[in-house]
Amino acid sequence: MTAVARLSIAVLGLWAGASLLAPWLPLAPDAVDLGRILAPPGLTGWLGYDEVGRPVADRLLEGARVSLAVAGVVVLVSATIGTAVGLLAGYLGGAVDRWLGRLVEVFLAFPGLLLAIALAALMGPGLGNLVVALAATGWVGYARLARGQVLALRRREHVLAAESLGVRPVRIALRHLLPLMAAPLIVEATFGFAGAVLAEAGLSFLGIGVQPPAASWGGMIREGVRYMLVAPHLVVTPGLALSAVVLATNLFGDWLRDRLDVRQAAVTGRRRT
Amino acid sequence: MSWRRLGHRLGGALGVVLGVALLTFLLVHLIPGDPVELMLGESARPADRAALEASLGLDRPVALQLADQFSRLARLDLGSSLYSRRPVAELIAERFPATLALAAAALAIAVVVALPLGMLAARRRGRAADAVAMGLALLGQSVPSFWLGPLLILVFSVWLGWTPVSGREGLASLILPALTLGTGMAAVLARMVRGSLLEVLGEDWLRTARAKGLSEGAVLWRHALPNAALPVITVLGLQAGALLAGAVITETVFAWPGIGSLMVEAIQRRDFPVVQGCVLLVSVCYVAVNALTDLAYAWLDPRAQAGP
Repeated sequence: MTAVARLSIAVLGLWAGASLLAPWLPLAPDAVDLGRILAPPGLTGWLGYDEVGRPVADRLLEGARVSLAVAGVVVLVSATIGTAVGLLAGYLGGAVDRWLGRLVEVFLAFPGLLLAIALAALMGPGLGNLVVALAATGWVGYARLARGQVLALRRREHVLAAESLGVRPVRIALRHLLPLMAAPLIVEATFGFAGAVLAEAGLSFLGIGVQPPAASWGGMIREGVRYMLVAPHLVVTPGLALSAVVLATNLFGDWLRDRLDVRQAAVTGRRRT
Repeated sequence: MSWRRLGHRLGGALGVVLGVALLTFLLVHLIPGDPVELMLGESARPADRAALEASLGLDRPVALQLADQFSRLARLDLGSSLYSRRPVAELIAERFPATLALAAAALAIAVVVALPLGMLAARRRGRAADAVAMGLALLGQSVPSFWLGPLLILVFSVWLGWTPVSGREGLASLILPALTLGTGMAAVLARMVRGSLLEVLGEDWLRTARAKGLSEGAVLWRHALPNAALPVITVLGLQAGALLAGAVITETVFAWPGIGSLMVEAIQRRDFPVVQGCVLLVSVCYVAVNALTDLAYAWLDPRAQAGP
């Protein structure tokens, strides 16, 4: 394992651990201290205080919980839906493949975030709606990837053998195709996680993701921008955390791709905000 | 390029555009929740609700609404804003030039940064320069525009005072938004340039070019780059379309008066016809740019025409 990969796993592990432990930590993300409004980082509050006197460090951890949880669920949902669609299209072929292909093409015609923004705006605020909006745009990549993989694998001998033995299609898909497609799908999911973290933060920045007073990194940047001139730490801190997590995920994905020897055809960075 | 292929590609693009229009229309209908309630709030009077439903056409059968929507689209009528009562097409036409200027500037910045960076990385593969260039690219891909933008404002507008903080006044105000929007694209592009150059650099005809005594620069610019250009152009096309969507956030950061900020304003006012119009326009642009990219690809590389 390379040093870069170790470092990125350490960064991700630290944030994941902190957000899992957050309920048991003595955090007070909503505690207002009027005497410390916009206070810069110092000895008492080591990342400073925000515009209503809440501690930035506590809110950062609380935000990590929300961001990582949303991104994780989004990746899980979109990977499941996308893989199922891809398996269906690739394995059944014919009319099913044609129509699913058209559906995928229409979804691909919406550039990255745009559909998520529109959906989130139309559905209104809420964590559930946020996940739906992001997963609705996220599944397409997995579907394309899975379909391509199935087409490459479905004439393999072990699949043909299973077919001639009368194994049911569902079982063939799950037992004989899916395990062989796992590597590229996992790599895609890793980059998808980075994309989902960015997209969630982007929506929250626009005010249509996680709603205040709940803490989220995108929301903290949104509120911080207004006080940027007097208290730059409100913008700098959540942005650093966000960039560190995304960079670590991307580096980890790069390493994973080399390690699992996945030849990448798809263009990464599709979901840039 | 054969006319048949051209027709095929344009027909396919038209089909996707129709699908996009259908999906944009269905957005209001398919999503859970009641858009009218979202627009007016829960405590709205029934009469107001009915009036809004009528003005959106939501009180009529869905099939009729759909037919109506498409016949209006055919006349480029996108409805009118619930807020200002002006036609959506007019609002968009006002704002579109600003977005185009921003996207063009961002594209230019991305190409100017990415080409040298990717070429440097490919020539010095595995060495320090490669690692630094690709590290920069990955960093550029990971830093969100809604953070990079404010940081650039802080440094260049507030501390150094070189550029305006926001708005659109003169060329100087274009610099920071274009930089913000172009960074992510430059990062993806640099990685692509490096990757496709590396595929080409091992070829026999490049060894021949070197063997006949060409300088390394000439080998790279005249022989390697044109052959490595095709995948790069594909990514460039995809990204150019995505720029318009990425502009939504960048324009919000810099209060740039384009389509993106129009859309965000409309979202805040629950002005759904305007939101729909913006989504439709950006998606159609995206499809068009992708179709053009495909055609350019086929024109540049005769081998690609052998396909269906």
